[in-house]
Amino acid sequence: MKKYSVFAIAREAMRGHKGWEEQWSSPEPKKEYDVIIVGAGGHGLATAYYLATVHGITNVAVLEKGWLGGGNTGRNTTIIRSNYLYDESAGIYDHALKLWDGLSQELNYNVMYSARGVMMLAHNVHDIQVLKRHVHANRLNGIDNEWLTPEQAKEFCPPLNTSKDARYPVVGAALQRRGGTARHDAVAWGYARGASSRGVHIIQNCEVTGVKRAANGAVTGVDTTRGFIGAKKVGVVAAGHSSVIMNMAGVRMPLESYPLQALVSEPIKPVVPCVVMSNTVHAYISQSDKGELVIGAGTDQYVSYSQTGGLHILQHTLDAICEMFPIFTRMKMLRSWGGIVDVTPDRSPILAKTPVSGLYVNCGWGTGGFKATPGSGHVFAHTIAKDDPHPINAPFTIERFRTGRLIDEAAAAAVAH
Amino acid sequence: MLLIRCPYCEEERPELEFRNAGEAHIARSANMAGESDHDFEKFFFIRSNPKGIIYERWRHVHGCARFFNAVRDTVTDKFVMTYKAGEPKPSKLPGVTK
Repeated sequence: MKKYSVFAIAREAMRGHKGWEEQWSSPEPKKEYDVIIVGAGGHGLATAYYLATVHGITNVAVLEKGWLGGGNTGRNTTIIRSNYLYDESAGIYDHALKLWDGLSQELNYNVMYSARGVMMLAHNVHDIQVLKRHVHANRLNGIDNEWLTPEQAKEFCPPLNTSKDARYPVVGAALQRRGGTARHDAVAWGYARGASSRGVHIIQNCEVTGVKRAANGAVTGVDTTRGFIGAKKVGVVAAGHSSVIMNMAGVRMPLESYPLQALVSEPIKPVVPCVVMSNTVHAYISQSDKGELVIGAGTDQYVSYSQTGGLHILQHTLDAICEMFPIFTRMKMLRSWGGIVDVTPDRSPILAKTPVSGLYVNCGWGTGGFKATPGSGHVFAHTIAKDDPHPINAPFTIERFRTGRLIDEAAAAAVAH
Repeated sequence: MLLIRCPYCEEERPELEFRNAGEAHIARSANMAGESDHDFEKFFFIRSNPKGIIYERWRHVHGCARFFNAVRDTVTDKFVMTYKAGEPKPSKLPGVTK
């Protein structure tokens, strides 16, 4: 792998940019690997990257049915934060946040992590109580979160409507300054480049159609559209399709898959300096470096794999955006899309060993998995390499739905769902 | 937005009148206190989440307010049929080969 640097740019500028190499290679699948990762999204590629860099396991294939980063990695609203209520969640999301800081340097790839602040609005007494509880819980866990008055909120985000006459007036806000955004595609590409350069095979257009198990129940490999590929360890990181893959191995999951929609506006000059979220009116918004407003909507109410969703869901969110930011009332929306998110009953992810020997699963991130990408890959790689969970993901078992030890993070997306 | 046929009102109405109520034909135990942890997990948390034909409950909450069941393809979101609560799970579906 050639290092990206200002000297590389100068060198290539001198010779007509003929020396840039492919960021990752596209090899033919081998017959057998040490580890197979199903799904080349951010979490899957990060897992492969940390398997190679932290654990020295490089005989790894990442299988992707479509193209790399084409699922929820390319469909989310790129928000990063770690202000979760419970200790277990705080542990894993802040682990990720610490890795975001410095990820561009580690990967030698600009993931454009921008700690511009995530501000969550309170509109009523209940919101104040809930958000202040979060502020205090976070600070006990060493996570920055602070309470703002409406005036301070307005100062932090000038276009916000803090008028007392608003239908849902802003009565306060919680601000996590380390929160922010990153460039979602670059995260997948950076991890892919880093993993590929260490010998990991990234195999696109290769859909897993079956999981093969030996007589003793252990995993022996996967059937794919490009033939059987053997491996004694298989990690399933397939987001909305996780339960489909797990069913192939005979494991029924506590998951349901829903469409989640997002949309972007036409690009405009910088106007929203941070991420603004509101649970009560249900909207979240930030501005990309290209200038588009990036807006997240809610999930549809029914199980679906259609990657679409109903227009009334978007309309509801835009109503809320116009309420919070009346200056956007005449803004044109450019594109909208849907992704399929796998939601657990307690809205916390599952990163764990499974009842099947050699089969591991990283799923259930629901509506908010992007922010966790580096931390998730880091601890999942540990789980696969050691056949034992990292202390950070040890609570995120499948068995918790039997034992009742849930991580009931109703605030997982900071919005009701 | 989905168009859903309520089998009681015998009309197709917009999705906004309905609330999805999750997977259908999950029997609640008559003796819940006697359920094992394993069986309770299966009843309460485990879902089939199929990519394809799903049997699900809906409630016509802003209409007749009654629960009913529906068969839908989760890939196309097209409804195959709806039927009244209490009716058996249809063994043969109109227009579906497998």
